[in-house]
Amino acid sequence: MGALGVLVFVALICLCAPLYANDWAHVNAFSSNINGRIFIDGHWRSVLQANTQGLGLGVSPIGPTWHLNNYFLGADSQGRDVFARLLYGGRDSLLIGAASALFCVFFATISGLAAGYFGGVIDWIVSRLLDITWAFPVYLLAISLSVILVSSGFSVGPLHVQAGSLLLPIIIIAFIYIPYVARPLRGIVMTLREREFIQAAIGSGASDWRILRKEILPNVAPSIIVFFPLMVAFNMLTESALSFLGVGVQPPNASWGTIINDGLDLLYTRPWVAMAPGLMIVITAGALNLLGDGFRDAFDPKAKLRGSI
Amino acid sequence: MLSFTLRRVLSAVLVLLAISVAVFLIFFATPGVDPAARIAGRSASPATLEHVRAAFGLDRPIFIRYWLMMDHLFIKRDLTSYVNVGLKVVPQVLKAAPVTLALVSGAAVIWLVTGIFGGIVAAANRGKFIDPLVMFVGIAAVSVPAYWLGEVVNLITQSRLHSSLFAWVPSAGYIPFTQNPWQWALHLLFPWLTLAALYAGIYARVLRAELVNAMNEDYVRTARAKGLSERRILIKHALRCSLVSIVSLFGLDFGALIGGAALLTEVVFGLQGVGMLTYTSLQNLDLPVIMACVMYGSFFVVLANAVVDILYAFLDPRVRVA
Amino acid sequence: MPESPVLKVSDLKVTFATRQGPLRAVDGLSFEVAPKEVVGIVGESGSGKSVSMYSMLGLVRDANVTITGSVEFQGREILGLSDKEMQPIRGGEIGMIFQDPMTALTPVYTVGWQIVEQLRTHTTMTKAQARERAIELLSEVGIPDPRKRIDHYPHEFSGGMRQRVVIAMALSCNPKLLIADEPTTALDVTTQAQILDLMVKLQDSYNSSIVIITHDMGVIAEMAHRVVVMYAGRPAEVGPEIDVVRNPRHPYTWGLLGAVPRIESRNDRLATIPGNAVSPLDIPEGCAFADRCEYRMDICTKRPQLKGANDHLDACWLSDEQRVAIRTKASS
Repeated sequence: MGALGVLVFVALICLCAPLYANDWAHVNAFSSNINGRIFIDGHWRSVLQANTQGLGLGVSPIGPTWHLNNYFLGADSQGRDVFARLLYGGRDSLLIGAASALFCVFFATISGLAAGYFGGVIDWIVSRLLDITWAFPVYLLAISLSVILVSSGFSVGPLHVQAGSLLLPIIIIAFIYIPYVARPLRGIVMTLREREFIQAAIGSGASDWRILRKEILPNVAPSIIVFFPLMVAFNMLTESALSFLGVGVQPPNASWGTIINDGLDLLYTRPWVAMAPGLMIVITAGALNLLGDGFRDAFDPKAKLRGSI
Repeated sequence: MLSFTLRRVLSAVLVLLAISVAVFLIFFATPGVDPAARIAGRSASPATLEHVRAAFGLDRPIFIRYWLMMDHLFIKRDLTSYVNVGLKVVPQVLKAAPVTLALVSGAAVIWLVTGIFGGIVAAANRGKFIDPLVMFVGIAAVSVPAYWLGEVVNLITQSRLHSSLFAWVPSAGYIPFTQNPWQWALHLLFPWLTLAALYAGIYARVLRAELVNAMNEDYVRTARAKGLSERRILIKHALRCSLVSIVSLFGLDFGALIGGAALLTEVVFGLQGVGMLTYTSLQNLDLPVIMACVMYGSFFVVLANAVVDILYAFLDPRVRVA
Repeated sequence: MPESPVLKVSDLKVTFATRQGPLRAVDGLSFEVAPKEVVGIVGESGSGKSVSMYSMLGLVRDANVTITGSVEFQGREILGLSDKEMQPIRGGEIGMIFQDPMTALTPVYTVGWQIVEQLRTHTTMTKAQARERAIELLSEVGIPDPRKRIDHYPHEFSGGMRQRVVIAMALSCNPKLLIADEPTTALDVTTQAQILDLMVKLQDSYNSSIVIITHDMGVIAEMAHRVVVMYAGRPAEVGPEIDVVRNPRHPYTWGLLGAVPRIESRNDRLATIPGNAVSPLDIPEGCAFADRCEYRMDICTKRPQLKGANDHLDACWLSDEQRVAIRTKASS
């Protein structure tokens, strides 16, 4: 329950990102603010200050002010408010995590059900496709796909995805994890198919569609429910890694992963730029994992999902 | 056993073939993407583009294009980077491989030991406070992005506490084992720990679940009825049976890490392994290098999977006949 | 003067604390097992047969269980002993045979390894000696070519052969008492007969006492000297096999015996006991069987005690005259 509360809280404050940026802190989280000045502790100070250490070259952004309405966590190297970006980034991170988990579980359920229920040629084809995707190192597959697609977008039939669109990481991440969900589901369906009540339904002449919908789906639903929060956590971590590498979320959009990347150069001077989004990821993914554990205990103690990325 | 091994190797070769086709399709046949332009890199001259088209036979039938790619990658091994002109890609990958291997193997030892130990301790103390404690640490470890953990480690050991507690930590980089084993280990220590944290968490959680299941099995009841001690039942019977799933997990993870999943750890700690190579080529959009890294990475993954399945058959006698 | 019993169970009660309230799995079970005697415990599934045996040996690992009463093994109280104190008894002096031989053996070790493990736990044999003994045991339980089969894994044996391995293991340390929990239920009919024959034969040569748990009166007739009929965790009828089978007194035993098809019976129809076994969560105050009993009376809301003469006891309110009347009516 605590885990759910944490999740709702994180989601809520992230949803309020525009509200915070526009009406409270009055900052623009997406355009650089190199010459910006803020009024703090009775003084006007530059957001980017000239370096005093070393050769005194370059500038370093202002550190955390710990004033909620005024560069709470300081600025990044372009003078943007890190806290506002953190909230905006959270929106994209959560969106990508949840949406890709949704896509992934949706397609995995279809392929797992089809393969497990119909068997034969369908099973052979689906299983081989899953095998090949599975054999790829996950990150390498994601990177290959991203690097080809991210800067040009792609169009397949009626579907046209713009370069830099958030849909790209969503689709790519959903795609690479399909085998992780589809394989266990296929196994469950195969054992279900041998059970008496399914055999009885087949014997009584019910249509395949009806059996799948009325008999099989309700029986795999608990596993799907258990998988879902774990997939969201998985996908969020993958998104952050891809974004950190520069092949996930593209500017001007931000996600926790891209902010950590922004903070990499400032790590020793302004650690909060990289630390804060990382902490948010840990808290969110931890809550999701705890939630998954809770679901597992409640719905399906035997559900197994490969635990690693 | 021999026929099992042969069959397994054969299927591994088939999977590799399939992966090579998939890589080919991603890099050379994605709809709406001009492969020559991607391979030649940003702002390539028309002459370079022409050269790429010829080298990869981009105006020729699809089978020949596939064959040319494989030829450059594995037979002639003369794939060249167009971003760093003249740089041969395959030797680069082979040079980086030992670094990755050292990083992943060391981490693997750490995560296996701590993960298995944690799983056993949690399962043996079910119902006491130590079990949820171990599991909570496990969840935390699973929820931390590895690269970010690396940054935290760097922040602490290289900056904040570098002048006091962690003065002995060398700066990031890699020293070959042959040059100085002690420095080699010292440089790799924190990368090892960082990479191992996530997997130790996963393994402890998986093993605990497996052990708890195993302890409810009939054969454990038989073992109790035989008058064996609880410790012996846990280690000799339940753990031995649960190890089967740990081994299969380990094979996949080890293969994936060698094959490039350690990339983030390498980047954060500045280790010049295969992952770092992939990363730098990503920054330059240097496609031939990325392609080679992906192909070689997949090769390791498939190899690891095959080894695991064969090992699995040794561990679980039931599989051998199947 | 009869020899002192190998096993003496008095007023054994096993209760599980559940969310729906206390679940009384065994409620006041008492019986004795004399040396070389075979005692059959019979009842439907869920009647508390297996749980009573497991709880005696400390094999019930549920944190919510309470076990009271007394279990004396060779004159020594064993209920409440620690795991450490029980270990020499389990497997050493009391052997166990389980219902499902398919899952009772650890799948990743050879059968020889598993028998040797038990021998080496309870004796001071060397590896080589234990291995020789294991081969001997396998041949005694009728496994052909034991010298080769000893290095096979459980999955390489058929169900019947595996049960033989389990029996060999249970007998390996010459136990005084063998507890067999539905040893034939998971096997096919021809194999069942072979396993029962084997147990009778081995009982002769090993001089063990046996407690055999079953729901099959046929098994009882084949093997047991004395019978305990259990219903809903309570003993319904206790007595020598010959009396209980030929002259059953409790309506529940009538039902159980009726459920066995017999060649000489005039009944063509397979009789069954109407209704379902009572849920252990709400056993009635009075006689547990009352709800399913054809001969139910007003007094059955009070719990009947075990009573009777000549070692043949039952817990039923029917008077002797009533029983005679019912049985005469039934056979006419």
